[in-house]
Amino acid sequence: MTKRSKNRRTRQSLWLLVAACVLVVLPRARTEQQDWFRTGTGIGVEKVRLAVPAFAARRAEVETPTGVFNSTLWSDLEFSGVIELVSPSFYPLQVPSRLDELQPDAWSGAPTNAQMVAFGNLQTAGQQLVVEAWLSDVRNPQAPPLLAKRYRDELTEESARALAHQFADDIIERLSGGLPGIARSQIAFVSDRGGGKEVWVMDYDGHNQRSISKCGLCLTPRWSPDSTKIAYTAYDRSTEVPRTNISIYSLVLSRRVAFATFPGTTTTPSWSPDGNEIAFSSSQSGDQEIYAASADGGRPRRLTHSRGVDISPAWNRLASNQIAFVSDRGGPPQIYLMEIDGGNVQRLTNGEGYAVSPSWSPNGQLLAFAWQRSGASFDIYVMDVATRQTVQLTHDSGRNEQPSWAPDGRHIVFQSTRSGRNQVWTMLVDGTGVRQLTFEGSNTAPHWSWK
Amino acid sequence: MRMSRSLRWSGILMLLLLLLTGTACKKKPPPPPPTPQTPPSPAAPTATLRAVPSTIDQGQSTSLSWNSTNATELRIEPDVGSIGPQGSSPVQPERSTTYTLVARGPGGSAEASARVTVNVPSAPPTPVVPLPMQQAFERMVRDAYFDFDKADIRPDARVALTQTAEFLRQYPDARMLIEGHCDERGSTEYNLGLGDRRANAAKDFLASLGISAARMETISYGKERPFCFESTEDCWQQNRRAHFVLLTPRGGGR
Repeated sequence: MTKRSKNRRTRQSLWLLVAACVLVVLPRARTEQQDWFRTGTGIGVEKVRLAVPAFAARRAEVETPTGVFNSTLWSDLEFSGVIELVSPSFYPLQVPSRLDELQPDAWSGAPTNAQMVAFGNLQTAGQQLVVEAWLSDVRNPQAPPLLAKRYRDELTEESARALAHQFADDIIERLSGGLPGIARSQIAFVSDRGGGKEVWVMDYDGHNQRSISKCGLCLTPRWSPDSTKIAYTAYDRSTEVPRTNISIYSLVLSRRVAFATFPGTTTTPSWSPDGNEIAFSSSQSGDQEIYAASADGGRPRRLTHSRGVDISPAWNRLASNQIAFVSDRGGPPQIYLMEIDGGNVQRLTNGEGYAVSPSWSPNGQLLAFAWQRSGASFDIYVMDVATRQTVQLTHDSGRNEQPSWAPDGRHIVFQSTRSGRNQVWTMLVDGTGVRQLTFEGSNTAPHWSWK
Repeated sequence: MRMSRSLRWSGILMLLLLLLTGTACKKKPPPPPPTPQTPPSPAAPTATLRAVPSTIDQGQSTSLSWNSTNATELRIEPDVGSIGPQGSSPVQPERSTTYTLVARGPGGSAEASARVTVNVPSAPPTPVVPLPMQQAFERMVRDAYFDFDKADIRPDARVALTQTAEFLRQYPDARMLIEGHCDERGSTEYNLGLGDRRANAAKDFLASLGISAARMETISYGKERPFCFESTEDCWQQNRRAHFVLLTPRGGGR
């Protein structure tokens, strides 16, 4: 064989190899593009490279709170999904704790290559904890810092945690181009760890888990839009004939506030975006229909008129004239949409399988729900309501239900049996970043606060 | 001369009185005794006791606050014990309690009380049912079972419900609670609705056999109160049911 023909053969093999690779890779690339929604604002913007050296403890008595502050701040920024945290192994040796100690070149140059640096210190003023914090653009050292903050609170670990959440939110809001920070948001859920099923509340990262109900059997918690109240389905077994009702707990007053009772089975409350009304399901007419009433249950008006079960209303947070709900009017339960006078009812899911648990994104355009397609387990899906385009977020990971959106429109909390029992998990809306929040007992029905 | 003598006697009397009552003078004269039993001697003790709030839920605490005059030895029972003349103390009684403050002093003793009402979550009252009715119920009434995701009355459920109707005809005062239940496979919320459909389906069928709707209450438990816990077809079928509970009969009392 001549050298030339050998070269030609080699080139041909190379082209074949390239062609083969392209044929394998291309279809997969296309499906990956289909499986990703643009959610919330700020997506499509490159993640900011942020360095966060440990804040300094300026007094012995703030050393423990400073440790809590630093780890909380780091976790909050990492969780947000819009920040690229530079690894501390690339940080310069000299770490600033005050603005005049910052050497921008040391941070913007290799190997750190940071765009921004967040730094500061903790100290005391009288009996209080004081945090001084800055966010500086180290590529524009002449410009004043983007944030220059002074936070104060009690001298406790809990306050250090709360101040870290606040600074993290301030950073996210400054850098994300419009997203709210969620570090101070909360999640309501149901837990049986104390015996019967009760309504519990926790910070968005799983800290401070505590119960707020004493029902014996309480279900379906939903935050009010201003985060002052939680409505839920309660079983009242104080009389010979037990009854279901909607209960509302005020976190401000630390007690229940009044909501009317109705005959039949009363369940699944959902707040209107202005907080003045509650939609719910009631079988006072003989079967479960969706009603809307004022926030104390007065002046109920009936929205659905269909035999069978109409339940789990979800009021659109932005387009407040829309309510999604679950109905079995066509067979197994599916997700429907209607206007708030009950008109213009349309089915959103395609009729296959068993579709439940609708939850609106904060921008009112996307609906997360739980879907059990034929032969499969329950998984979380997200639908663009305008186009009906749907993507699947969980795969091959047990039974996944009850999704609820975070206020930033980028995270979802849900319940999953992937670790064995039902637990509460969070994830980014592209299905990545999955984190377990609860570990004790069986934990279900999470609902993320609106802010 | 007469004036100076009466003055002198008044002086001696005052001195004697001072010696009798002893110690430092009080700033104001002692108030009249609060109860008839207290002897009308000067400087009798007084006491007040308040509980704020006076009604709490079990597990919460309330604050007792008290005040007293002319008392040297004070106790609050139960639980609190020895205390000073004024003050407050948190208490957390398990059930409704009357706290009594006893204040003793040289002038006698005084009592005050404050009642704290504790709301205890009550267990559901148990129905009172005559024995023959109870026995007939156990013999004749059975759960009605349903197909998956359905609330239709199947032939076997029809048989069970017909016999339940017969019990209700034999005991015209009997009342029942019909519970609707589901197996574990559906979602929590939708199953609350499906359980309600099943309870009402059983109730409607019994009504169609002539039983008055006023004798039947319904409630849905969704999948929250299963009869068995295995993940098998057999257990799932046992859980898809309308279950009957005998209530206190009409006219019967507690």
